[in-house]
Amino acid sequence: MDDTGTVIAFWLLAVITVGSALMIVAVRNLIHAVVFMMVSFVGIAGLYLTLSADFVAVTQVLLYVGAISVLMLFAIVLTPGGSRDNAETFLRLPALALTVLLGATLAYVAIDTDWSLADRGGFTDTASAIGDALLGKYVLPFEIASVLLLAAMIGAIVLVRPEASIEEAEE
Amino acid sequence: MSVDLEHYLVVGAILFATGLYLALAKRNFVGVLMGIELMFNAANLTFVAFSRFVQSDDPLSGHVFVIFAITVAAAEAATALALAVLLYRVRDTIDVDRIDLLRW
Repeated sequence: MDDTGTVIAFWLLAVITVGSALMIVAVRNLIHAVVFMMVSFVGIAGLYLTLSADFVAVTQVLLYVGAISVLMLFAIVLTPGGSRDNAETFLRLPALALTVLLGATLAYVAIDTDWSLADRGGFTDTASAIGDALLGKYVLPFEIASVLLLAAMIGAIVLVRPEASIEEAEE
Repeated sequence: MSVDLEHYLVVGAILFATGLYLALAKRNFVGVLMGIELMFNAANLTFVAFSRFVQSDDPLSGHVFVIFAITVAAAEAATALALAVLLYRVRDTIDVDRIDLLRW
């Protein structure tokens, strides 16, 4: 990928994504942290676009930015007694050391390894090809994923039933 | 000047490390969950980057895997946030350092 537009887009999106991911750690308000997470997810969707993965990018925006972030905002609003200051526990320094080491190792391995690159250019029309694959080669995982989503939905509903029905069940 | 596989992999590595730090060190349960979602995203970005750049008979498999990973992440987020709400009802807090019933 050598054209100037892609290079500029990559660096802009990479800075936005990594910068807002670091801001999730840094900001002192949990709601702001969720907003920065949404910015980071949008940045990742843009990175998918620079990789010519249009269907994955749209799914990313719909599911992560649209659904999961809103779910997290709900969870924050529904738990007013939790800490709102986005603070760290006593594990702060060990976690920092571990993650810096891990990130450096991953980055070193990624740069040092000789990947068997293919020079075939970007994809065209990924959506129809993914649809064919999902209902052809990957139809069994596709059905299992639908069962998983059903189980998760029922599980979430059962878990957050009103308190009265839990007490009835215990008696 | 060009953008190669390594650029995306390094971005993915930084995102994964940031997510791991959030999951390990944040006090609020939702903060921990944000870290887990960030790690999911880093892995997905790596999958799509490999799918674009590396030799393969079926290069779109990476995209299909990312779709499944996003599905599982959505199921995981829904269940985990339901658990957070339930935990809040029982313990009046979702700070992970104050949920210490099993501590010796």
